[in-house]
Amino acid sequence: MQDSSKGRRALVDASRLIIESMARAGADAFIGYPITPANLLYQYGSQRMPLMLAAPDEITTLQWMAGLAAAGKVPITATSFPGYALMIESVNMAYMMELPMVIILVQRLGPATGTATCGAQGDLSLLRGNISGGHPIPVLCTSSFADCWTLGAKAVETAIRLRTPVVLLTSKEEVMTTKSFDLNSLPEIEKVERKYYELQCGGKYKSYKATDLVPDFLPVTQNQHQVRLNASTHDKEGILQHSNEEAMANTRRLEDKIRMKLPDYLEYEYHQEKDAQTLVVAFGISAAAAKDAVAELEKAGEKVSLLIPKTLLPVPEVYLEIMDRYKKVVVAEENINNQFSDMYYGIRKPEHHCFVGALGRMITPQQIIQEVLA
Amino acid sequence: MTTAYLNTDTLPYCKGCGHDLIARNTTKALERLGYDPLDVIMVTDIGCHGIIDKCLNTHTVHGLHGRSVALGAGIGFADLDAGKKIVVFIGDGGTTIGLQHIMEAARLNLDMTVVVHNNYLYGMTGGQSSGLTPTGFNTTTTGEGNPFSGYDICALAFAAGATHTSRIMGIGDISQKLERVFAIRGFSLVEVLEICPSYGVKLNPRRKLAEIVETAGKPLGEWDRQREPFATHQGKKTPDLLSRVHPIKKTFKAYLSHSLSLIISGSAGEGVQLAAGLISKAALSSGLHVTQKGSYPVTVGVGFSTAEINLSPEKINFHGINVPDAVIITSADGLAHNLKRIEAMQDGTLFIDSSLPVPVTAAEVIQHDFRSLGARNATIYAIFFFALKTGILSTEAIFKIIEEEGKSDKLPLARIKEALTQL
Repeated sequence: MQDSSKGRRALVDASRLIIESMARAGADAFIGYPITPANLLYQYGSQRMPLMLAAPDEITTLQWMAGLAAAGKVPITATSFPGYALMIESVNMAYMMELPMVIILVQRLGPATGTATCGAQGDLSLLRGNISGGHPIPVLCTSSFADCWTLGAKAVETAIRLRTPVVLLTSKEEVMTTKSFDLNSLPEIEKVERKYYELQCGGKYKSYKATDLVPDFLPVTQNQHQVRLNASTHDKEGILQHSNEEAMANTRRLEDKIRMKLPDYLEYEYHQEKDAQTLVVAFGISAAAAKDAVAELEKAGEKVSLLIPKTLLPVPEVYLEIMDRYKKVVVAEENINNQFSDMYYGIRKPEHHCFVGALGRMITPQQIIQEVLA
Repeated sequence: MTTAYLNTDTLPYCKGCGHDLIARNTTKALERLGYDPLDVIMVTDIGCHGIIDKCLNTHTVHGLHGRSVALGAGIGFADLDAGKKIVVFIGDGGTTIGLQHIMEAARLNLDMTVVVHNNYLYGMTGGQSSGLTPTGFNTTTTGEGNPFSGYDICALAFAAGATHTSRIMGIGDISQKLERVFAIRGFSLVEVLEICPSYGVKLNPRRKLAEIVETAGKPLGEWDRQREPFATHQGKKTPDLLSRVHPIKKTFKAYLSHSLSLIISGSAGEGVQLAAGLISKAALSSGLHVTQKGSYPVTVGVGFSTAEINLSPEKINFHGINVPDAVIITSADGLAHNLKRIEAMQDGTLFIDSSLPVPVTAAEVIQHDFRSLGARNATIYAIFFFALKTGILSTEAIFKIIEEEGKSDKLPLARIKEALTQL
């Protein structure tokens, strides 16, 4: 039995941890439209963020966030699929304009409005393809209370460092459940220091001239250098172009920026069991069931390794490398179409690759155990 | 010739296009008002007007179709210095796509000016009719004249709360009229009427702008009100969300050797979620690990109210409950909501109000009159009963939590104590 008498134990919910960690990392505005199951995040956002704005819809939400980001703020929002669907064109805009922001996407059962109070893991495929051109945006996914704290801050840091929208993916069961938790176990979060283009720099500032893939930022609120932000195809200066060489290089850079900086925000847990020939892979809410399943199997003398991916997009190769080491791979995710494995294998999954899914309920540890032993 | 605002004298518009006139007069008006070009944030929409960006020496933000007003509003929320000016250029197409954004910015009276380039059709995509096309106007999609009337965007924005709206002709020197609009603090919108030379002129031969405006039935004019511009009104903020969480010290002892899943279910308004919170905190104060979540219909004030709780001496990862180890049912709503799970129980215990029918289950059934202290207290009483009967938690732990939460006066604790002594 663990000694639970030490520390600062309290009943908390993950929504609180996410918003607090983002605020500490430097997020300073919450813009949103309430939607179940993201309502707690909205409530905490209004209490904690220096600026909170209640937008009349989710398109407005993203546009206001983009405007605030252009002015130098670090805005965040929280939504679920129906709201995110409305945001997508504007997420593309923020991606193209290179504006930092974080969208907390709380998954619920779809399609469409589905069931607002039922959890799911059904939005990964959508996130993978939500930027026209197939370009990735960083997607971090929480799988524990500790993740909600560390990945919340990481999402803000990544958004600022890479000048990009970032999605923090979570689900109803994660952000609406209260748990006993030791507050002393939370590591310190330092505010992300933003780097700006040096105002005294000689020469002309170009809004999309990148150093190390990311352009230096200047807000539209200063009056030393002209800033041009553009959601259409543009050159380094930010001027609209059809498809000339400079503009295409800029669009390629957007993709390169997210992919090549992946090591800076690649997060996962890999519990490697010596001589194990089976690997359980689970992320998000299903990771909790996977942890219990693997612990149970170990008690029974089975050797099983566990991979918990946390950075889901852009698709990290390291997960493929890890999966390739095992004779049997069991992937658990709360949908009926195995979206995680689709990213790696498409419709031709390897024979040793097994899927544990669920619809309208959480995946249980027993389901995973059953598949491992099958 | 270039100016402080324009980096070229050649603007990218068709000969005779009103957009050219608007752009030149806008820069003239802003210059006369004394704005430094880099104190002006020009937000443009999609449409011919939007390609002006490259000619401007201001900051330029070129966004999505119809969203420029919201994008400009976002910049405005950033608490800009008084010397800054946000100008949004939008066409008649963007106006209808983003009508809500205009209404919202007007309602909040954000300090910005929207210049609607209304040439009565979609010039960039082939001359189709728009929501601002007047009755009888020919477009490539209304060859026999538009059968509908157009929106009165000035009236709409003014009704929504704009400080100023005006409708003017895009002919001649309009810089003084624009200057007046740009000088207004708060939300202002100016609709400039023009005819697209590529489609409007060709499809409406011999018609003059003045005649079109007159027959459209939306008069030129200015509409003003006195109103303070938007200022943020933020409620009281907490500097640290964790400071609102009260740690609970281990004070009591729990008697539980393995994890236990518990469902508490009753009717809305009968204290189910309150009782769940109290027993969860009591468990925490007894050294256990806890998870707790609620479930209820979207209309939170009626129907069932269910709480799912896991208690364990070990850290809890998976918190889902399929078949529970223990169930407390205090009303018919709660029973109906959990009937299948109760029927699936192969062991464990069902605590059920004695007024209710006992479902078929392999669980041990304990019936008790939980509602004897009143419907609102049924679940609170039930958790004390549960603690006493199972011995997992001491009733003192629950009483202590109630005291610490300041709820002693709100609950019939004396009657609960008396009822417990009679068990």
